[in-house]
Amino acid sequence: MNTPKQYYRGAAPWLLLAPYLVVTLVFTLYPLLSAAVLAFYQTNGPASRAFVGLDNFGFLLSDPVFYRALRNTSIFALCSVFVQLPLSMGLAMLLNSGSSGWKGVFRLILFSPNLVGQIFVGILFSVLFTPRYGLINRFLHALTGWGLEQQWLGDPALVMPAIVLTALWVYVGFNMIFFLAALQGVDKSLEEAARIDGANRLQVFWNVTLPSMRHVVVFVVITSVIGSFQLFELPLALLPTSNGRGPDNSGLTVIGYLYDAAFNVGDLGLGSAVGWVVAFVILLASALQLRLTGATEET
Amino acid sequence: MKPAKLLLGGLRYSVLAAASVAVLAPFAWLVAAAFKDKAYLNEYLFFPPLSELSAKTVNLDNFRALFAGDSTVNGTVYFWQYVLNSVFLATTTTLVQLVFCSAAGYALAKFEFRGKRALMSFMLLSMMIPGVLLFAPVYELMVTLHLVDTFTGLVLPSIATAYGTFLFRQACLAVPNEMIDAGRVDGCSELRIYLSLVMPLVRPMSGAFCLVTFLATWNAFFGPSVFLHTQSQLTLPVILNRYIGVYTNQYGVFLAGTLLAIVPPAILFFALQKEFISGLTSGAVKG
Repeated sequence: MNTPKQYYRGAAPWLLLAPYLVVTLVFTLYPLLSAAVLAFYQTNGPASRAFVGLDNFGFLLSDPVFYRALRNTSIFALCSVFVQLPLSMGLAMLLNSGSSGWKGVFRLILFSPNLVGQIFVGILFSVLFTPRYGLINRFLHALTGWGLEQQWLGDPALVMPAIVLTALWVYVGFNMIFFLAALQGVDKSLEEAARIDGANRLQVFWNVTLPSMRHVVVFVVITSVIGSFQLFELPLALLPTSNGRGPDNSGLTVIGYLYDAAFNVGDLGLGSAVGWVVAFVILLASALQLRLTGATEET
Repeated sequence: MKPAKLLLGGLRYSVLAAASVAVLAPFAWLVAAAFKDKAYLNEYLFFPPLSELSAKTVNLDNFRALFAGDSTVNGTVYFWQYVLNSVFLATTTTLVQLVFCSAAGYALAKFEFRGKRALMSFMLLSMMIPGVLLFAPVYELMVTLHLVDTFTGLVLPSIATAYGTFLFRQACLAVPNEMIDAGRVDGCSELRIYLSLVMPLVRPMSGAFCLVTFLATWNAFFGPSVFLHTQSQLTLPVILNRYIGVYTNQYGVFLAGTLLAIVPPAILFFALQKEFISGLTSGAVKG
């Protein structure tokens, strides 16, 4: 600190900030503190509450349904990172090397499902998965001869694949936009130099292209994991007869569990406890990924 | 061109074309299902062939059923009511957020004041709080404030967000200080400087911000489904999700509603797609 700062004298900045500050205090900071307290209570609707200590967390740890929800959500997150993102990257690379005329058209088409809210996507796909008549069943049958009568949404083994497939339709194009923007910023001369030095396409991608778009890759992976752990609306609309749970809870997500506990059963305390578990997982994932990129930065 | 290169290019376009067909097919199916008569829903995969195209196979019956109205305890509620609710909530939230986020962002970008650093760190940290953590306590708060089942309760918590404030702060940093100082010398009030000097300069950013906010509010489900109870107050995502259970045997009806619900965002998007995509990626790619 060498020069003393010139502070603005007057209320203008505070007046401009006032709406944001008030809303944040009332609807973010206060609820955050109250979530910390609420997690130690059992409530029956917002009116009555009883202190139960760590019982909410104890209950979660012993509830097989909660484990099922955690497992389903983790599977979804893994599929997002290891199936969805490579597809997004592949399409981004195909688009990036193409001539400009068709590029905009393809980009627009592949992105378009993102205009459709998750609930609407769920509604649409709940019908597309209809046995015998649904578009997906008919298409699979025409292609492989299998699956015409398949009950995707009634078979516990196929519920998660159906959810993942539906999510692919939406989010492959979304993440592709980010990868495409990053690819356009990669220094072409570096790639050419590597090619001249005898590296093949795969080596160039792995050793030159990918490292130079590292920041965007990390950003997309983090947002995908965080988004995956907040999955709720898509299965809810996709599995309407079971309130998003699917047969044997095969489609139940952690947020679905929270929604049931807090707003259907009316135990806001248990709901808050689930909220803290999700918050913990999300913070852990972000911290881990930031660490991973920190490590690659030094090499 | 060498034949190998030509082949590779052809392969690339076929993959892209196949992906595009996979993305467009459900849309085409949705349009067809909304307009097909319920007796012919499963007859044809998409539309009937031209030879069988008639008012018997393709008509507006689904839309008629959709707009016929729901009888509820509080009288009949018509579908246009839900459309109006959605339009009202999405537009109000977007405009209010535009004003308050840009104001807060401008204050953080162009004023030096005590406590600014702390405020900035708090804002960035608060963006990491997962929304789900706050649902239960916010619901409790809404009950205390008697805001459950009101539009005020839905709009109020989101009149200014950390995300929006941060975006506008970044955009306002690019506004030259000399311009603001010149405004002050000329005797403009701070409000006048913000409205007529700064806002026009961050217009591209504002367009993208409005689109993203409008889409998010239009498609929002969790908030409206928890906070709204009266049927005539419901929004499109909430009511259409209920219709799956109501119209089990005539899914053409709720698909017609779904088709209507995705038209407004589609129009907005095609009108402003350049701003939208660049606005979406600017934070990630530059950062």
